[in-house]
Amino acid sequence: MTALDAIVALIFNAILNGTPLMFGTMGEILTEKSGNLNLGVEGMMYMGGAFGIAGAYYYEKAAGGAASGPLAILIALLCAFLAGAFGALCYGFVTITLRANQNVTGLALAILGTGVGQFVGEYMRLREGGYVAVSNALKDNFQNPVFPEFLQSIPVVGKIVFGHNLFVYLGILTAVVMTVYFNKTRRGLNLRAVGESPATADAAGINITRTKYLATVIGGGISAIGGMVYIMTIAGCVWNHEGLAGEGWLAVALVIFCLWRPLNALWGSALFGALMILYMRVHLPIPDEIYKILPYVVTMIVLVITSMRRKKEDHPPESLGVAYFREER
Amino acid sequence: MTSVENTCAVRMEEVTKTFGSVTANDRVTLEIRKGEILSLLGENGSGKTTLMNMLAGIYFPDSGRIYVNGKEATIASPRDAFAHGIGMIHQHFKLVNVLSAAENVVLGLEGGVFLDIREVSRRIREIAGQYGFAVDPAKKVYDMSVSEKQTLEIIKLLYRGADILILDEPTAVLTPQETEKLFDVLRRMKKDGKAIVIITHKLHEVMELADRVAVLRRGEFVGEMKVSETDTAAMTNMMVGRQISLNIERSEPRDPKPRLAITGLTVVDGEGVTKLDHVSFTAMGGEILGIAGVAGSGQKELLEAVAGLCPIKEGKILYTPEGKEPSDLVGKTPMQIKDAGVAMAFVPEDRLGMGLVGGMGMVGNMMLRSWREGGGIFVRHRNPGALAKTVMDELEVVTPDVNYPVRRLSGGNVQKVLVGREIATAPSVLMSAYAVRGLDINTSYTIYNLMNQQKEKGVAVIFVGEDLDVLLELCDRILVLYDGRVSGIVNAREVAKEEVGLMMTRLGKGENADA
Repeated sequence: MTALDAIVALIFNAILNGTPLMFGTMGEILTEKSGNLNLGVEGMMYMGGAFGIAGAYYYEKAAGGAASGPLAILIALLCAFLAGAFGALCYGFVTITLRANQNVTGLALAILGTGVGQFVGEYMRLREGGYVAVSNALKDNFQNPVFPEFLQSIPVVGKIVFGHNLFVYLGILTAVVMTVYFNKTRRGLNLRAVGESPATADAAGINITRTKYLATVIGGGISAIGGMVYIMTIAGCVWNHEGLAGEGWLAVALVIFCLWRPLNALWGSALFGALMILYMRVHLPIPDEIYKILPYVVTMIVLVITSMRRKKEDHPPESLGVAYFREER
Repeated sequence: MTSVENTCAVRMEEVTKTFGSVTANDRVTLEIRKGEILSLLGENGSGKTTLMNMLAGIYFPDSGRIYVNGKEATIASPRDAFAHGIGMIHQHFKLVNVLSAAENVVLGLEGGVFLDIREVSRRIREIAGQYGFAVDPAKKVYDMSVSEKQTLEIIKLLYRGADILILDEPTAVLTPQETEKLFDVLRRMKKDGKAIVIITHKLHEVMELADRVAVLRRGEFVGEMKVSETDTAAMTNMMVGRQISLNIERSEPRDPKPRLAITGLTVVDGEGVTKLDHVSFTAMGGEILGIAGVAGSGQKELLEAVAGLCPIKEGKILYTPEGKEPSDLVGKTPMQIKDAGVAMAFVPEDRLGMGLVGGMGMVGNMMLRSWREGGGIFVRHRNPGALAKTVMDELEVVTPDVNYPVRRLSGGNVQKVLVGREIATAPSVLMSAYAVRGLDINTSYTIYNLMNQQKEKGVAVIFVGEDLDVLLELCDRILVLYDGRVSGIVNAREVAKEEVGLMMTRLGKGENADA
């Protein structure tokens, strides 16, 4: 293997491993733009992972040999989204309607969601005889590249640009759509105003409660898809209760790293993906454990650097983490 | 009264609004006309802003009717107000900092999914051209000056098609040049047939700009006049009303000695606005010095500067304790000021926000002043406990227990705790701001008596108040602040209420008059 091949392989795998993080981050960006800080990403990603594989697995079990790949993907996406959206809805009810502390509620959701995900996954595994995995035919639908062979065989860029599974491109599409939504649409503008200054938005006739709920619930759903993507691609369509640990927390940090911009989440997640797999790809005479703490070390460094930001546009939404009482205007 | 060009835009009839036991507006009837600038005049707390907030959809009247263009209207939200063409510019701007001018203007409006910011910018320039505004639609709000932000607020209303505009003290934050520009714009809008209301307590602005003036006092409509047919003296009389006798006991100062000599005190805030401009006066021991002025004339900054809580640009604060050498307080920390033997008692304007910890009981709050006493890392509970008990008994604080959270006490009781604690430190200068704000008559008298007791003990009492009647009867001398400057210092026993009222609006004896 030449050095070039090694680099291509590293980049390719970095993107692959960063994809769950990308969804987690984008969902949280949407949530935070509305002024809600949902620390429960970890929990929602676990729920998404468990319910995502459950959806695909039981669909295949019911349909047997006639199971269609695209439909299985759709069901997995939907199950994961709904699971995450439900978690975010609980969070939304407590923080938006009841105006409880967002940090505490988010932490509670992280613990609850992790527990629910673990319970569902493990219960399913035990009931199904100790092993839950979809058939190889379906696996291919989740994991294989979507672009034709000749595009992938372009030297160097072919594999990096066209060699990925469906979810990588879905993530990129989501980032583009979110960017357009934030910057070019009326509702996107209204959403940003709610996160920045709810009193101003309220005076302008924007429905604060509805805007916050929608952003939080949809954001939670998008985050949860990240968990499903991990289980169905990296973990090989097998319920794996360890691999997801920590992804949600990295996603929360990555939101700050990306300065709340979805397009930044694309390369940000690839960078963190690279850090996560570095120990398998780059061999230096140091213990593996040093490699494995890299993402967390970089997160801390990044938090320090980004907190020194100068431009106003790079600041978090002004009312992030603050509940809105109309009476206080 | 109705002429062809002055047709009625809004008519409020018998509008009443109460907050708890306080009546903010009592059966006010007011007419706003097209093509006319109406000035709503009144002292602080006379209910001007509340009245206009009911038109803007912020508050809903308890009773009374509002007619817009002759038809009865229900205005329950800002959105309803827009629908009726009513727009209000509040003292605190409602703008999103990270968005551009154009984005702020279009916020919350209905329309297509995608935003055509170029079209919005074009219309903003069109409106700006029509009324002579200078505005850059792409400029971010955080880059704007206060005046630009105000301009943007006006454009926001015009863009939404408002033809009844209400401005709440629009000149309070502007420089004289910016004020002139704003007035030009308002005159042009008037010519265009818009109905304009400006809330103010600056008489010269009324004279310069308005066609008609309506006066409110203590929530009631006192009367209205054509500006061309009146003068400032008549307006002041309406604004402050007749002098009311309160029968507050007042003793002659015994042996007053200079306690606090302030010369050329200048304070500039973080945004570069001059809050105090070369203020000079002397507070005597054994005397109550009242400080009068419309809200935001520098009262807060004055007290904070003396207490060492806000940075002083220039000036001297010479403090002479009983039988000691004078020392300059400028440049000392609040703690140093205390350690130097200066006992300073401070009752903040915002009684809970700064003076007390809501979640703690009376004992805990007493301890805020004495936590450094006692040995080692442990605080001593006994003395504050006894003090809390004394304050509770002497000032008749109604609380279930001295450890009951003060946040849950009624306003009057909270204030008694605060004042009681400050007096208990046996100060030689006692500064209080709005000590009787929101208190009922009896409690107010308790506070007045406390102030008098301190005065008789030889304390220099500085009493910032908003009720002129109280100031006139309680204080020995009154210092009038206007826009951060000393408009005059008068003898409270001799001065007429109207005279103080005029000085508050910059028509008194001129600056730095000494008494």
